[in-house]
Amino acid sequence: MISVKKRTEIHPSERRIILKHADDPEYDVSLQCYLRHGGYEVMKQAYGRKPEELCQEVLDSEVRGRGGAGFPAGMKWKFLDRKSGKPIYLICNADESEPGTFKDRQIMHKDPHQLIEGMMISAYAIQAAQAFIYIREEMPLGAQILEEAIEEARARNLVGENILGSGYSCELVVHRGAAAYICGEETGLIESLEGKRAYPRIKPPYFPAALGLYMCPTIVNNVETLCNVKHIAEMGGKEYAKIGKPGNTGTRIWCLSGQVRNPGYYELENGMFTYGDLIYKIGGGLRDGRSLQAVIPGGSSAKVWRAGERFTGKLRSGEEFNWGIEDVPLDFDGPMAAGSMSGSGAVMVIDDSVDIVEVLANINAFYAHESCGQCTPCREGSLWMKKITTRMANGGARPEDAELLASIGDQIAGRTICAHGEACAWPTQSFIAKFRDKFVEKAKEDPERAQKRTVRLV
Amino acid sequence: MAFELSAETLSYIEKTIPRYPQKRSAIMMILHAIQKEKGLLSLEAQEWVAEKLDLAPIQVREVVTFYPFYREKPIGKRHIRVCRTLSCALNGGYKVCDAFKKEFHTELDEISPDGRVTVEFAECLASCGTAPVAMVDDQLYENLNEEQVAAICEQIKKETPAADTAGSKS
Repeated sequence: MISVKKRTEIHPSERRIILKHADDPEYDVSLQCYLRHGGYEVMKQAYGRKPEELCQEVLDSEVRGRGGAGFPAGMKWKFLDRKSGKPIYLICNADESEPGTFKDRQIMHKDPHQLIEGMMISAYAIQAAQAFIYIREEMPLGAQILEEAIEEARARNLVGENILGSGYSCELVVHRGAAAYICGEETGLIESLEGKRAYPRIKPPYFPAALGLYMCPTIVNNVETLCNVKHIAEMGGKEYAKIGKPGNTGTRIWCLSGQVRNPGYYELENGMFTYGDLIYKIGGGLRDGRSLQAVIPGGSSAKVWRAGERFTGKLRSGEEFNWGIEDVPLDFDGPMAAGSMSGSGAVMVIDDSVDIVEVLANINAFYAHESCGQCTPCREGSLWMKKITTRMANGGARPEDAELLASIGDQIAGRTICAHGEACAWPTQSFIAKFRDKFVEKAKEDPERAQKRTVRLV
Repeated sequence: MAFELSAETLSYIEKTIPRYPQKRSAIMMILHAIQKEKGLLSLEAQEWVAEKLDLAPIQVREVVTFYPFYREKPIGKRHIRVCRTLSCALNGGYKVCDAFKKEFHTELDEISPDGRVTVEFAECLASCGTAPVAMVDDQLYENLNEEQVAAICEQIKKETPAADTAGSKS
């Protein structure tokens, strides 16, 4: 049996539902261990209920997708085309690749049966003909753990033919990617699972709920979202909705990384904390002698915040707000009100020891590498932005670069088939908007100095 | 010479194809299995897969050339992937990469002169909380510093004999 390192300390602010057992040193990935902890009991009860009741529970729970877009999962399920008569497919998006994100890794490596139970409940609820887990290539142990766990579950009739005598059958297959970020985009993932290049499809008409895998109705949900379904089925949608805040229900596993004292994953009740709590109280704040320069609030494609900036406006409730970064509520709506997004829950902290132009150069290198090449604005634009910021980082900055970068970014977003256009443009657009002075000053930098930096980012 | 696969890989392929509603879907898992056995995906291998799945050879090649993990050229006996992306870079990922290169007297994406390794940069390995990280084959190493890199390299040198013909580049 494969085992991975556990985290020894759990922060007292955490409310662990999804990661309840994950870091328990006595807990392992075997079916026996899962059963000892009450595993598959929720599924047994769920299979005695009508599928539409379970769909209603998910709708009532108001649970929002944990993969990045934050779309209500129950609504996504409601869009399923049930009239076509074609088989329905369920896919777990385990391609966790947005820089800064490492939460699904914890679930799959430490509690695989929870994901399988969540998936088998979801599959039954939507009446899927077959289910898949699309896991990124860089998690070979995770794939092996899941394969072995599925075998164990199949031997107990929890996966496969006539599950638990219910008359419902569903196979669960682990499928491995091959190191392409774009497979995290759901239509790209579907193309990849069909055995093709992961070129995303245009929406409309190719909404997976109607025209997904093999042009059949398909639901693609994130690992953490599918685990939540288990807990929604257990406590009931309305009860689940009491956790967190309205419209931001449940807990969320936040991934804190970058230049912070205690990086890590923290499962917190939505809306009960702020970015300040996460970075300073839970994450221990910045390292000795360092001060905050920037925060990327939801994975590297999210728009950056500059230390000291204020966000003002009116919430949907009509309430006025005036926040600093540290006041932004840690949930889905807070970062959106502050002009960015919580994305995949990946919070990256950048201190004053690094050059902000280089930070963008690092991010741009990622998105240029990961563009699928289908749409000209993204393919060419992401590469141009990478080349310009790399040149700037290496001592070749010009006064007009800030303008040039902004104009390229502005010509990508909204002009591509998939959201990779936005993902590659938002960093450049927001870094220039927030740090224009630094990008302009960069042209005055001594090229020799550029070669002597202590932390290299490109 | 005809393209041949081990009995183990063949039986895995036969078992994998019927797991999918359409056999073309099995292509990625088959390519993984063949690359694991052969170290790379030759044109002969790609033609074999095309025949197996009733595809045109180009439909296999376009998959092989799209996904960064598939390769048509050989690499060293051990595959070292250092995460290059932001959280790792902010915590010294580039230094870690330099340390691996120095230990094996090699440059990025080349086979080291002793044939033991190929060092590559990888994009975000999804372990940003324990940055910087690197993978050696299937194993993830976290919170790396230069001393730990030296220890990992020692281990690799102990486990992996140097190639007979030194200095070969792909």
